[in-house]
Amino acid sequence: MGKFLKHQIKTWGLTELFKGLSVTGKYFFKKKITVRYPEEKTPISPRFRGHHALRRYENGEERCIACKLCEAVCPANAITIESEERDDGSRRTTQYDIDMFKCIYCGFCEEACPVDAIVETRVFEYEFQERGPHIQTKDKLLAFGDKHEEQIAADRAVDAKFR
Amino acid sequence: MFDAIQAFLSTFLFDWLAILITLVIQTVVVVLPIMLVVAWLTYAERKVIGFMQVRMGPNRVGPFGLLQPIADALKLMTKEVIFPDQANKYLFIIAPILALAPAVAAWAVIPFADGMVVADVNAGLLYILAVTSIIVYGTIVAGWASNSKYAFLGALRGSAQKISYEIAMGFALVTVLMIAGSMNLTDIVNGQQGGMLNWYLLPLLPMFFVYFISGLAETNRTPFDVIEGEAEIVAGFHVDYSGMTFGVFMLAEYAMMILISFMTAIMFLGGWLSPFEGIPFLESIFSWVPQLGWLAFKVSLLLFIFLWLRATFPRYRYDQLMRLGWKVLIPLTILWVFVVGAMKYFSFGPWFN
Repeated sequence: MGKFLKHQIKTWGLTELFKGLSVTGKYFFKKKITVRYPEEKTPISPRFRGHHALRRYENGEERCIACKLCEAVCPANAITIESEERDDGSRRTTQYDIDMFKCIYCGFCEEACPVDAIVETRVFEYEFQERGPHIQTKDKLLAFGDKHEEQIAADRAVDAKFR
Repeated sequence: MFDAIQAFLSTFLFDWLAILITLVIQTVVVVLPIMLVVAWLTYAERKVIGFMQVRMGPNRVGPFGLLQPIADALKLMTKEVIFPDQANKYLFIIAPILALAPAVAAWAVIPFADGMVVADVNAGLLYILAVTSIIVYGTIVAGWASNSKYAFLGALRGSAQKISYEIAMGFALVTVLMIAGSMNLTDIVNGQQGGMLNWYLLPLLPMFFVYFISGLAETNRTPFDVIEGEAEIVAGFHVDYSGMTFGVFMLAEYAMMILISFMTAIMFLGGWLSPFEGIPFLESIFSWVPQLGWLAFKVSLLLFIFLWLRATFPRYRYDQLMRLGWKVLIPLTILWVFVVGAMKYFSFGPWFN
């Protein structure tokens, strides 16, 4: 009988409904977790794998020695490299293309590189509206690296002790 | 005020023309604000539901997204109205009109303050009940004219649901009628004078819930939106509607929501009467609030509950919905008719004397 009464009070008092309402009512006043993207941004890890860049040494000499390890390791075959002997006798690339449509941003090229030449930066806000520009040539990658060198170096420095 | 306009117009126009122009002005004065409220109610709905889901809701168009309804209206109006190949074109166009017209027509007898009413009809309650029942034809005709299985299923569900809940709603109105002794909405509000305790909310508390729940079902709001049921029948009766024909269905739904809130406020929450009536100190503090202000406050509170319920509850299964309507709400209302009769016989409380 007591159980019956309890059930009836619960049913006709709409207790379950009010419980549900109190939950949503509580969340109404909670802080909203939305990030309003172009104005606000979430923090990005120094290990973020975004747009590629080719780095230079401090004296302006390009790091890449055309060892083709990145080309070999690339699981998507996105990297194409041609090399030649330069006038001073060192081996340098004449062509270093990354097909951004093929790239899967795994970061293996960066891992494989013995001279830290090819890196993936934290820049992810870029787009291609037609075919053509999606092939990132050596010049473009070097220019990109020059532009973001400060950020790239800072990110590598933070991550250095875990490597 | 409108009498003055009519008197002024009849000085240089035919009498019938003066009356006609006054009526048109009255209609615009009532319908235009309602349409604006409908527009921003859609914004409020998205905002409230967003907040309850720890989101922001619309915030891109204008400050805090306040211009969102204008953008939505522009979008709907510029979209193409598609007629399905096998659809009955005449019925297809008539259906949204059938849905919207009663939802707007019902406003004729709603008093916004003491004496602020387009038509002070004696049988106002009956008029509301009669006019809002016509809305079900909008649903049925839309479902039939679309010539689609989903739309037809939605229409069938909708008609059965609305007819079931109309009975409970009608009985809830009967109790109000018994206690007020009048069908005139102005009289019903004036019968609740003398402070919060004199409102019909207390003696009719179960009826308040029944009326509000039936109101949810009448307007096809969650938890009673089997008529749309996006999980099972895509969008129910208005799957095949696009552009402004769809927009008109939305207008009708939200206009009905506001109407139900107004009716609830008028019948159970003392309409435009101040809740602090008779309390010595508070009454004088809030004496500056106009009657329309109190009514608007109560209505917005009820509308917020509409949105709150939508953010909280999942949809009823169809058989559960029928069970609730026929086996719970209707017996409860009939029982309460007798309880109110007994209360009236024994002149119970401040409500029956």
